[in-house]
Amino acid sequence: MAAESGNTDAGVPFEVAAPATHPLRPLQAGQVIDGFRLERHLHQGGMAQLWQVVAEDGSIDLPLIMKVPRILGGEDPASIVGFEVEQMIMPSLSGVHVPRFIAKGDFTRQPYIVMERIAGDSLRARLDAAPLPIAEVVSIGTRVATALHDLHRQHLVHLDVKPSNIMFRPLVDGAGGDAVLVDFGLSRHDHLPDLLDEEFELPMGTAPYMSPEQVQFVRNDPRSDLFALGVMLYHLTTGERPFGSPDSVRGLRERLYRDPVPPRTLRIDCPPWLQEIILQALEPLPDKRQQTGAQLAFELQNPDQVPLTERATRRSRSGTMKVIGRWFSAMGAEPTARVDATNQLARSPILLVAVDVANAERELLDTLRLTVERLLQTEPGARLACLAVMKINRIGMDELMERDGSSKHVNLLVQLKHWARPLVQSLKLPTDAQAGRVTFHVLEAPDTATAIIDYARKNQIDHIVMGARSSGVLRRYLGSVSTQVVSQADCSVTVVRAAAPQR
Amino acid sequence: MKLALVTDLHANREAVEAVLAHAEAQGAEQHAFLGDFVGYGADPGWVVDCVREHVSRGAFAVKGNHDAAAVMGPQPTMVSDAREVVAWTHEQLKPDQLDFLASLPLTVIDDTRLFVHANAFAPPEWAYIHARSDAVQSMQATACRITFCGHVHEPRLYHLATTGKVGEFAPVPDVVIPLSPQRQWLVIPGSTGQPRDNNPAACYAMFDTQSAELTFHRIPYDHDTAAAKVRAAGLPERLAQRLQDGG
Repeated sequence: MAAESGNTDAGVPFEVAAPATHPLRPLQAGQVIDGFRLERHLHQGGMAQLWQVVAEDGSIDLPLIMKVPRILGGEDPASIVGFEVEQMIMPSLSGVHVPRFIAKGDFTRQPYIVMERIAGDSLRARLDAAPLPIAEVVSIGTRVATALHDLHRQHLVHLDVKPSNIMFRPLVDGAGGDAVLVDFGLSRHDHLPDLLDEEFELPMGTAPYMSPEQVQFVRNDPRSDLFALGVMLYHLTTGERPFGSPDSVRGLRERLYRDPVPPRTLRIDCPPWLQEIILQALEPLPDKRQQTGAQLAFELQNPDQVPLTERATRRSRSGTMKVIGRWFSAMGAEPTARVDATNQLARSPILLVAVDVANAERELLDTLRLTVERLLQTEPGARLACLAVMKINRIGMDELMERDGSSKHVNLLVQLKHWARPLVQSLKLPTDAQAGRVTFHVLEAPDTATAIIDYARKNQIDHIVMGARSSGVLRRYLGSVSTQVVSQADCSVTVVRAAAPQR
Repeated sequence: MKLALVTDLHANREAVEAVLAHAEAQGAEQHAFLGDFVGYGADPGWVVDCVREHVSRGAFAVKGNHDAAAVMGPQPTMVSDAREVVAWTHEQLKPDQLDFLASLPLTVIDDTRLFVHANAFAPPEWAYIHARSDAVQSMQATACRITFCGHVHEPRLYHLATTGKVGEFAPVPDVVIPLSPQRQWLVIPGSTGQPRDNNPAACYAMFDTQSAELTFHRIPYDHDTAAAKVRAAGLPERLAQRLQDGG
């Protein structure tokens, strides 16, 4: 046993191989670091440089980049700690919305991160073209909100969401195009130590995008990322920044009490529902925003289901008296109770109830409604999407069929709303805050199970509730929809059965 | 190499067995026992033998305040429960077991790692690391990059940057935490034999010396049996109860 008795050497300062004492030589093409050959210098940023690299042993079949921090003689804690944070966090992330992590090297030799290279430009390139077509704004917003929700599910709050940190995977045959978040130097992971806690005296983030709570040093609320996305959507819609680009803390604090010019004032063809979504995302209090990325993506994909409030029709910023009132409250305001990504998502799920409203038996429909009601009562932050699927033939329909189809569609929607009426009543909807909590959707698809599974995936549904087909004969001939959903859905599925009389 | 960090075993055989079995299943190749092998629990002899056997195979072990007390008698600073148990424990241990406890060092240094029971600034005085300031004082007192200590029963992770900024973290079980070489770390795995954070599951941590990755674990074990033994031994009821509620 290697043992030393008694006291340790008190007072010996801790030593690291500080960059200042080991100046790093400039990197050159052709150089090999830990088995990665530097091919081409891609980018020199304020904090880091990027190199295109390949694994010398050919073991990794992916385009790769190496990110190397820029060391300013060791006196720049921001870039060093940020890089340390990124090295700690990246290995824990996975999925399509982050670059795949490959390897890292520490500061004692050559600091670097090797990761998957995402082809193409960042969203920064599109910012100069703003205002963009509304459809493009919605598409970008949906994809970014979806990506953010995925990161939040992985217990991460990004905290530096802005166009230059957003890339898109290539679109192939209409598939792909997923948003990818990069640069986790300011991020906060619920399950890992926060190396940036206490590190800086000034709020951390990028001034135009920073949420009010970030200005107040809160670093764990996932809704901060939704605020930043709101800033981006505002900019992409109007061509202007909602809060400018302040360079002082005082300027940053303005967003705690001063609301932005409504987008429709700057762009007449901005639909009211989009103004509603953007202004809600920009609410100073996180509790008043959309509560999750999935909810924001859901609204962008279902504009007709967005409950329009005063925000949708607002034509000017708040008057002086209102602003002064808010200023007084903001002055002494401490950020509200802290939530973290894990808890915030857990209390704001989206439920999907698939109702075979035209065919299911009365008993089953009642049991289904009761089950959903119980789930909603235990989770006041939950949203419910009620879904009916209208079966159509795989081949195209003639005009007559189409007219018939359109009335069938409306009829299903009416039945679906009728089914949900007792539920909506028991939830005491709709008040302003509750509006939009229950939404209704009729899908037209040749295969019911596939339609439900796809819809749940696309809208990041947390939990599907559906009925089991009761009749044994029908089930035998048509197969069980619920069985297919249970086996193929990405989320939890509850299959409800009406109590059957004992045989 | 995977290093299992086990501390504040407190004569709890059931907890120690469960933790060591889990560590073995995780591929532990080395062990460090950070003190307080006895006191509170009903199986001091078994736990001392277990630690001694591991030490004979190359494990690290340091002395805790309860180990010192079992040898020398209760200290005036000890709470009454502890004093009562110290006397009982002393009677249970054989001379060779007491000799082993007496022979334990206060600190062990292995490469850039320091093992100590209470803190690095004054190991024989047993001051607790309750707050960031205590952790800073401890990290500044050693040249080692990572300090592993016990004494405090709740799992915690502190870190100190070269800029002097300190951070504190309540770990989440089973999450891999890479310990950056850019800063100093102070790791408190949490007590195996007497957890006190309202969770009766035993604590320990695993550190991979190659990848510098640390993982805290919580291991449920048969705490009802351990508590029953405490009662059967005639030790204070409160000591049995806290094994069952983790309080």
